[in-house]
Amino acid sequence: MSNLKKLTKMRLFLPIFSMILVMAINVVYDVASGNAPFNFFTISLNNGVLYGRLIDVLNRGSEVAILAVGMTLVVSASAGTDISVGSVMSLTGGMCCMLLAGYGVTNVSEYAMPLWVGIGAGILVACACGLFNGFLVAYMNIQPMVATLILWSAGRAIGLLLCNSQIVYVRVPSFQVIGSYVGPVPTPILIAAAVVAIAALVLRFTALGTYIQSVGINKKASRIAGLSSAKIILLCYVICGLCAGIAGTVATARIYSADTNNIGLNMELDAILSVALGGNSLGGGKFNLAGSIIGAYTIQAITTTLYALGVSSAQAPVFKAIVVILIVVIQAEPVKEFFKKRAAKKAVEGGVQA
Amino acid sequence: MNKKLLSLVLVAALAMSLLAGCGSKEEPKTTTAAAADTTAAAADNETEAPADTTAAAGDETTAAAAGGNTTGETIRVGYAQVGHESDWRTANTKNYQDVFSADNGYELSFVDCDNDNAAQLEAVRGFIQQELDYIVIAPIETAGWDTVLQEAQDAGIPVIIADREIDAPDTLYDAWVGTNTKNEGITAANWLAEYLDGKEANILVIEGSVGASATLGRTEGFNEVAAEHSEWKILDSQSGDFTQAGGQEVMESFIKSYEGQFNVVVCQNDNEAYGAMDAMKAANITYGVDGDVIIISFDATHDGLQYTLDGAINCNVECNPIQAGVVEEVIQAMAAGSDYEKTTLVNDEAFVAPGITSEYATTMTEDILAGRAY
Repeated sequence: MSNLKKLTKMRLFLPIFSMILVMAINVVYDVASGNAPFNFFTISLNNGVLYGRLIDVLNRGSEVAILAVGMTLVVSASAGTDISVGSVMSLTGGMCCMLLAGYGVTNVSEYAMPLWVGIGAGILVACACGLFNGFLVAYMNIQPMVATLILWSAGRAIGLLLCNSQIVYVRVPSFQVIGSYVGPVPTPILIAAAVVAIAALVLRFTALGTYIQSVGINKKASRIAGLSSAKIILLCYVICGLCAGIAGTVATARIYSADTNNIGLNMELDAILSVALGGNSLGGGKFNLAGSIIGAYTIQAITTTLYALGVSSAQAPVFKAIVVILIVVIQAEPVKEFFKKRAAKKAVEGGVQA
Repeated sequence: MNKKLLSLVLVAALAMSLLAGCGSKEEPKTTTAAAADTTAAAADNETEAPADTTAAAGDETTAAAAGGNTTGETIRVGYAQVGHESDWRTANTKNYQDVFSADNGYELSFVDCDNDNAAQLEAVRGFIQQELDYIVIAPIETAGWDTVLQEAQDAGIPVIIADREIDAPDTLYDAWVGTNTKNEGITAANWLAEYLDGKEANILVIEGSVGASATLGRTEGFNEVAAEHSEWKILDSQSGDFTQAGGQEVMESFIKSYEGQFNVVVCQNDNEAYGAMDAMKAANITYGVDGDVIIISFDATHDGLQYTLDGAINCNVECNPIQAGVVEEVIQAMAAGSDYEKTTLVNDEAFVAPGITSEYATTMTEDILAGRAY
């Protein structure tokens, strides 16, 4: 009993619980339809690459997981969201493919420029976007949503301009690798893991995490205590831009083309949702990076589950909404209070009986 | 007070003179237009038979080399185009310019409305003021046409709605010419039935964006034919949002759900087909002419047809932008005073990979790909 209590008290308990709940739907479905009960979790080697629904969740969830890293920091430091990340992804893809293919060319099988120049420039542009957002928020004191609204609408448009409003294909194997497989493992999984690991290490072994939370909790007090609040907020937005750049490169390499109209479309909402599903307050302050990452994969698990269940595409958004509402409500303070009170009441009654 | 009165009088005088100016400018025009009408009618009486035959010829070759104006008078046609947002639209514009050329006996007033609904209404009003003989509209919005169509009718100018449907009483316009996405679905299914020749089909469908007219039409048309085939089974149908990434993700999932059970994949546009092919390649499933899985795609873009030519996509059904020939037939029939169809569907073409011959589709060659306008 006390072990269970310890478990439920853990910060990550609810996010993980939610994800398991989503995946459990598949077990029920598989049993009901006469498949092997753990069909969803089976991972095998097919055609030399890892194969299974769980791999799909990890693979397809990579972009949102990468975005969630940056978004968590932005939310924590500035108590606002960066809604430009989806557009910045598209802009990154456009910049990258435009350089690799040459302006106005729509289909190449050879680089017009070395691969690292294309990817580097794309990610650099994304960082510049982050810098722009950060400057507006930290130094101009513009509300984050308003400040990032500018690039939310302009980013994709600039991407379209760079690509001459066309889908630019870069059909070179060394570029496609970024979106396909390294050996048996999907490359996006490796990239997401690397981003998360680096972020976790930096936050753990430097004081940055503490600084960010301190600025998020009280900007003025932090400044009086000697922290440059504005610089820290600016840094968070640049990191968020960097993450959007990496996610954009992955999304672009997946389809080896800059489909600027669609890359990262509505992904800023998924990124914000994953921060919320991870049990983080959108009001800033304390954050929980692991929770956000789990939240990101939970969102993808819902999508993959709906595919596996064969829910028709017209009904899928409704199911997704129901699941999301449930998860958010489970984590809401009043619900937590309710369960805490009930547990306390039971403990008291138990004590009286004893 | 006096000053005010004076200015009012002056304004009134100015307005009167303007109106008079307009009237005097317009009057001769109307008379010539009337004259043109009568001469056109006279000419038509004599050349009715040839007009009919050219229309029939135009039916077979909807391409640029259609009949031409046989009335002997220059016919002035106004075309209010949607915009230039895609290669498809550009091809459509070029087709109109080719068909309604001066050489063919037309004077085309072309307005690119750049996806601006208000600009399009203005363009049509401009056509009415210029008293053109015929007005062709490719409507940007479905609704809000009643007033301007009434104005055209009052001016006695026939209106032909092209390409898209509109939401107005059909008494307000004279004819409709366009494509029908439902027919594309039917063509695809008919081809499949012919190709399979009674063999079983286990079909997976990657739909377009939920609620898009192309999605609804293509699904409806395909399902209608599929319902007639008891040996066909549609295993699943999911949306890939008309994107390559979407097609890939849906196909990855399909492969897991229906491993080894499917032999047909229908993608509702080319981009989804590219994604689906990538997903199948990763799972070592062969597709196309030499593979286990038949791929049907829609749109027939240049890249899509390249894949068809390579044998990766078995059948690619296009939404035909070459519509001006059919519009011209209708205009010729109107000018000749003969009967014409109120609604005419432009035939959509389908293309099949080399090695396949079909009564519903053209077999792809290098020449066809090189000759494509878009």
